[in-house]
Amino acid sequence: MKLRQWLAPVAALALVVVALAGCGGKGGSGGGANEIVVGVYGSMTGNDATFGQSTKGGVEVALADLVEQAGGKIGGLPVRLVVEDDQGKAEEAATAAQKLINQDQVVALLGEVASSRSLAAAPICQAAGVPMISPSSTNPKVTQVGDRIFRMCFLDDFQGLTMARFAVQNLGLKKVAILKDVKSDYSVGLAQYFTDEFVKLGGTIVVEQAYTAGDQDFSAQLTAIKSKNPDAIFIPGYYTEVGLIARTARQQGLTVPLLGGDGWESEKLIEIGQDAINGAYYSNHWALDMPDTNLQAFLTKYHAKYNSDPDAIGGLAYDAARVLFAAMQKMAAEEPTVFAGLGSAKAGTPERKAALDRLRDLIAATRDYAGVTGSITLDANRNASKPAVVIEIKGGKKVYNTTIHP
Amino acid sequence: MSTFLQQLVNGVTWGSVYALIALGYTMVYGILRLINFAHGDIYMLGAFMGLYASRWFHAAQDPSPVKALLVLLTSMLLSALIGMLIERLAYKPVRKSPRLSALITAIGVSLLLENGGVLVFGADPKFFPQLIPQKTIALLPGVAVSNQQLIVLVVSIVLMFALRMFVLHTRTGKAMQAVSHNHMAASLMGISVDRIITITFMIGSALAAAAGVLVALQSPKIEPYMGIMPGLKAFVAAVLGGIGNIPGAVVGGLVMGVAEVMVTGYLSPTYRDAIAFVLLIVILLVRPAGIFGKAVTEKV
Repeated sequence: MKLRQWLAPVAALALVVVALAGCGGKGGSGGGANEIVVGVYGSMTGNDATFGQSTKGGVEVALADLVEQAGGKIGGLPVRLVVEDDQGKAEEAATAAQKLINQDQVVALLGEVASSRSLAAAPICQAAGVPMISPSSTNPKVTQVGDRIFRMCFLDDFQGLTMARFAVQNLGLKKVAILKDVKSDYSVGLAQYFTDEFVKLGGTIVVEQAYTAGDQDFSAQLTAIKSKNPDAIFIPGYYTEVGLIARTARQQGLTVPLLGGDGWESEKLIEIGQDAINGAYYSNHWALDMPDTNLQAFLTKYHAKYNSDPDAIGGLAYDAARVLFAAMQKMAAEEPTVFAGLGSAKAGTPERKAALDRLRDLIAATRDYAGVTGSITLDANRNASKPAVVIEIKGGKKVYNTTIHP
Repeated sequence: MSTFLQQLVNGVTWGSVYALIALGYTMVYGILRLINFAHGDIYMLGAFMGLYASRWFHAAQDPSPVKALLVLLTSMLLSALIGMLIERLAYKPVRKSPRLSALITAIGVSLLLENGGVLVFGADPKFFPQLIPQKTIALLPGVAVSNQQLIVLVVSIVLMFALRMFVLHTRTGKAMQAVSHNHMAASLMGISVDRIITITFMIGSALAAAAGVLVALQSPKIEPYMGIMPGLKAFVAAVLGGIGNIPGAVVGGLVMGVAEVMVTGYLSPTYRDAIAFVLLIVILLVRPAGIFGKAVTEKV
């Protein structure tokens, strides 16, 4: 197609420019002081930019904690963050991971939110032996990539089950329509898990429709859904499209509740959806009005730094960074010689490899870590098993409704 | 049946947006034999101009139909000026060059506007304020239309009708027709060809900007790359109706909109983008001049 033909040379040119800028600016890495570099990658811009911004915000609060408690150092080495923007594109996520590992010599990567993008970067981390902690990718395939890939959140099979149970047991729904993003691993997976449990509980999926991220017009799909008279519509997508879909649904006179997953978690959801999003429910990692002491302490810190409320994506990123820092602190205290391999001066040496292997083991050994998004214990498959929270949107506010345990 | 009618309403609303964009393609092609690939990006700029205009008029805090109209007109005016600027700076210098140079220039302008848009507006989507509160109006049992959809439709029809009146019944419009037949002969009759070309670009850009604002009104996410796909599809619509032909562009746009919505509603949304290009292939095979186009025999 024409579009591709035009974009390719531009992209190539952009790459060259970025590469040159990178070389000119820093003169490569390893020349500076000995330090520990941690990579963060995410969608700082693009269709779901709040995901990347929240991740960055959460990690920065964790680093601020470290500065306050230990002068920003672990084992005598200062910790530095490098943040890369993948613009919400899977291919850019892979490029960002390459750059962080090869050029910045990071000891670990924190990211992504969207499963498709975590899945693009994970094989690169796995091959390089660098641990990657995804704060909030829920698709099961993400940690199946290999033993270096971890996550801080529940999985989509549980999330799908949560919403199916909530729909049947709390809302008494029998007929649900599904509207999913066919090009997103997250959306397709979550739709499947929801369907499995919902049918098992005696419900019927009356119609399944699809869209693609970036679509502007959803009227055709919603008209087709409306003709089947569902009790609710399950939309396992990301907040931008969900907001637009909600508006179109109300425009077409569809007033049934909308249901969704943690891809809805963004302040922008309400800004885009406005009145149309009221009365919707979605599963999430936390609710800000939960009386959890860790959570409330984090809220206070976040408020002091950014003067706004964090979303769950930010909370999970904070937990991911804290788990990583805790593993490194443990290593520095117990095995200082191995720990020295994490310093940027050791990049590319056998010591670095041994240190990364040890860091992986220590992250994998995380048990009962008191996070702001609940207690974190990583299982044999490097996943955190946590309860899910159902949030209701009422009068433009996100309100805690119920908690569903695994 | 009510589902089918509802899909038809959806299709016609969406198609009227394509029709507005297609008009600009067709007018420029009719006059210059140039496919202005930057036209879809003018549609994007129109939406952003609308966003800034609505901030300027504080239309989000205190929405009213008058302000919405002001936003629309401001965006159309600013985009017309941008269209004029692009014509003067980019296309005029290559007008005497081979047609391929002009086409490549158009692609260059398109890339400039998109990536310049990323630089100026940022890559993350912006959200257009709700200038007119949404209301649903039931046409028939089971067939609903929102006031925003109606506005899109009515404004599109008014603009298309105004354009037709302008081209058929004003001196400038008649001059445009003359220029589209033959530049040389028109200039011998005392028509300033440069002036007519500039006016054509301004009108085309204003219509694209109107389409941008109208789309943003009901689907409020706007970003610098939003013009690529609608631009390509409106181009297909213009070819479908017979490029260079004004009623043809309108019909082509409506056919495209309805075809897309029907394919999405009854087959699969993954074919949504494909149907546009299937239509293009079919029309080029069956009737290369388009629905309303006249087959021209080249004299050798």
